[in-house]
Amino acid sequence: MITLENVTKIFGGTTAVDNVSMEVPAGSICVLLGPSGCGKTTTMKMINRLIPPTSGRILIDGKDNATVDQVTLRRSIGYVIQQIGLFPNKTVEDNIAIVPDMLGWDRKRSRQRAGELLEMVNLDPGIFLKRYPKELSGGQAQRVGVVRALAADPPVLLMDEPFGAIDPINREVIQDEFMRLQARLKKTVVFVSHDIDEAVKMADRIAIFREGRLLQYAAPDDLLAHPANSFIADFVGSDRTLKRLRLIKVADVMEAEPCRVRPEDTLEAAAAMMEEAGHISIVMVGPQGRARGFVTLDAARGRKGTVGEHYEKLPTVVNVADDLRTAVSTMFARGVSWLACVDDDGFFKGYVTQRGITHALGATYRDG
Amino acid sequence: MEVLRYMVDNLDLIAERTLEHISMVGVAVLVAIATGVSLGIFITQNKGLADRVLYGAAVIMTIPSIALFGLLIPLLSPFGHGIGYVPAVVALTLYAQLPIIRNTYTAIMNISPALREAARGMGMSPVQRLRHVELPIALPVIISGVRNAVVLNIAVGAIATYIGAGGLGAFISQGISQIDIRQLVTGAVAVSVLAIIADFSLLTLQRYLTSPGLREGR
Repeated sequence: MITLENVTKIFGGTTAVDNVSMEVPAGSICVLLGPSGCGKTTTMKMINRLIPPTSGRILIDGKDNATVDQVTLRRSIGYVIQQIGLFPNKTVEDNIAIVPDMLGWDRKRSRQRAGELLEMVNLDPGIFLKRYPKELSGGQAQRVGVVRALAADPPVLLMDEPFGAIDPINREVIQDEFMRLQARLKKTVVFVSHDIDEAVKMADRIAIFREGRLLQYAAPDDLLAHPANSFIADFVGSDRTLKRLRLIKVADVMEAEPCRVRPEDTLEAAAAMMEEAGHISIVMVGPQGRARGFVTLDAARGRKGTVGEHYEKLPTVVNVADDLRTAVSTMFARGVSWLACVDDDGFFKGYVTQRGITHALGATYRDG
Repeated sequence: MEVLRYMVDNLDLIAERTLEHISMVGVAVLVAIATGVSLGIFITQNKGLADRVLYGAAVIMTIPSIALFGLLIPLLSPFGHGIGYVPAVVALTLYAQLPIIRNTYTAIMNISPALREAARGMGMSPVQRLRHVELPIALPVIISGVRNAVVLNIAVGAIATYIGAGGLGAFISQGISQIDIRQLVTGAVAVSVLAIIADFSLLTLQRYLTSPGLREGR
């Protein structure tokens, strides 16, 4: 856990960070967000004392970081910067092993660790260990930059706009990779960003800064639903409700345990089921329970035969692990008002409707 | 033909004076590397000091070599070395400072601030940063400064014969005073060849010492 207590930094006459107090729980990602010059980077750099605070204390797991030797402190904190900063004179392997080497690890162990770390970010150690930084693409280099910070397994990771210089497509991929890594490693991460979308995607909590002051410190959904003032509302964007779609999983809003029909059921039975549930269509599942198609109430009412003879194909389905943004986007693209939700194996798990989504988003506002 | 015959007849003398020349230049450059690289690193800490040191080294280079040798006579006479090998080495050391200090300073200052920040952020001490990051990256440029210094010293060293330091310059000075074209050409050619060989050897060393990650192309 990282605790900032009344931390202030004054450069010359200007106050860069103004009496900031906050707590980053162990194992969570805290994104420091704000426009440039808002003090977010200075705040982060005070954690590993690249910048000494003018006043206030910073505690890491209860220990005041001013009482620890600077070099020792920094070796226990992973550090990733936007410009990556891989040393061009060293191979990828040697770059990753820098902190382990300084800590006096056995050479064989540190090199083996470098290989394992590369595998974690989907870079083949056989190919990349012996390469030099100039032989890497931007995305590959930043992956190496991230695993270099993880090499000595520090509990805390500081990241200064680490994915800011990477093209948008690769940025998404690396962000996803990092989130998978984080799910496994559970580091306490302080992440500086100026990109609200990135913050919403990665953060457990977001700290919004402006002119050195911490304006709001809240979970992403909270921040989007209840910005503390108009500056924050502007900063997170007028489409903040749409941004919230990313934070909610299909599984959270879908109607689970839905009614369903089988191919051998009669249309009559299907129509009765729909009328009873008040639905205008119903999903047909195969023998194992995989979503196969659907019939509408109009098509079923007053007709003879089985569902298997008259069903329509599902235009598309959505995975329960997807976020609502994907679901809504799919609905708009296909012009449908509901989607069948399936798991990774195609089993029918439920359905989401436009109405259900509207209701879920509205619930927070009504509560507030 | 006459010149060639002279060279062949005097191979021993040429070899002897070449060794004198190499010894003079070699000692001067080794001393200059020790002082120049240290000074070049030191002045990266202070811009004002750097400007003054580089300016001073540039002024030394503008002193005509023959004048510098002359100036050293009264300065070193009290130590019994007014003329000969010692003042020659001292003068050459002074001349070698500028290229070495300047290249060391420039190379280290040109290292991307991001690398320095990454190094600091990972907990490298200043000495570790210098050893693992700054010097290895600056090395190619520093060595090219040394190459400049060596070529310059080989040329200036030819003039040291006038203060009795020997070396290949002796052929040239005697060639002039005796109006002997054979000695003059022998001296000139020998100096040039020595400079080319020295430069090429250092270039090879430079390539060998440069990390593959810093070489041009792939």
